[in-house]
Amino acid sequence: MTELLTGTDPLVIDGVTLGSRLIMGTGGAPSLSGLGAALLASGTGLTTVAMRRYSTPGQGAGQGAGGTAGTNLFELLLANNIRVLPNTAGCFTAREAVMTAELAREALETDWVKLEVIADEHTLLPDAVELVDATEQLVNKGFKVFAYTNDDPVLALRLEQLGAVAVMPLGAPIGTGLGILNPHNIELIVSRASVPVVLDAGIGTASDAALAMELGCDAVLLATAVTRAQDPIRMAQAFKHAVIGGRLAAQAGRIPKRRHALASSAMDGRPDL
Amino acid sequence: MTLLKLNGAAHPFNPGTTVADLVTAVTGRALLGTGQAADGGRLGVAVARNAGIVPRSQWAHNVVAENDDIEIVTAVQGG
Repeated sequence: MTELLTGTDPLVIDGVTLGSRLIMGTGGAPSLSGLGAALLASGTGLTTVAMRRYSTPGQGAGQGAGGTAGTNLFELLLANNIRVLPNTAGCFTAREAVMTAELAREALETDWVKLEVIADEHTLLPDAVELVDATEQLVNKGFKVFAYTNDDPVLALRLEQLGAVAVMPLGAPIGTGLGILNPHNIELIVSRASVPVVLDAGIGTASDAALAMELGCDAVLLATAVTRAQDPIRMAQAFKHAVIGGRLAAQAGRIPKRRHALASSAMDGRPDL
Repeated sequence: MTLLKLNGAAHPFNPGTTVADLVTAVTGRALLGTGQAADGGRLGVAVARNAGIVPRSQWAHNVVAENDDIEIVTAVQGG
């Protein structure tokens, strides 16, 4: 019954059980307090952070998070028992990504890393060649790699074979809110994967997350859709329910699509009017 | 005056300054010899010196040199 109420048969990644299938990012939030409230409303158990220079309060605006806010973000996650998933956002090469992952492991004491190696600032699309290289290096260094990848079924399988603990295909480019542009590819990735598949990036609203789960994804990762929504807390709640709804629907088994109508009321015993 | 680069900016330092000293200067938190915060909290900080990681346990012994490139990083909003 509890499972039905929460809709969450637990998500297990790298042997760790997560209470929610919604993974949150923290980018784009105007304030730390608002972000904290949205994270709690989302029910997430895993949240990404970026690694940046520690800036002393009052010096250099940097990420808008600032040094103190940055430290507080880590403390906020610790205080709320939300596991931290450092990312390598902003890295263009395998070398930078590996270095960033090593800094994150040292700073945050986790060997989990969301590996993000982007090709250029315009598309923010993953650079497949650097991504493969970095995955291989990080796995060899003992990292648990969550590989942010294109919606390419061949590449996704390759990343899994290299030792990624989760593959995270994009629905659409980061921050676009365009939803899932190639549902067929996502379905194909899911059907062949033996590690969890996390739909990452491109989510715009709750139905996108529900669709991801209905396609068979194990979890959804999003940030902008909540942090830049007009009411982030309400949107976080919407995503919490959407992910649960989509998961339940995927498990329940949808009806086949038909070209013609099928009456749900029997014709037998119809009164002669 | 002797200078090194700290998070991209020129930073004067005295002979014998360690990585731990720089971490304390930047974060405002005192450290134990182990590199843990003296206040008992998690520090959430990592240090790269000339593009190589300096493990927390070595901060107190790692003496910085002129023209070193030191990066002190932490978790911020993102992703």
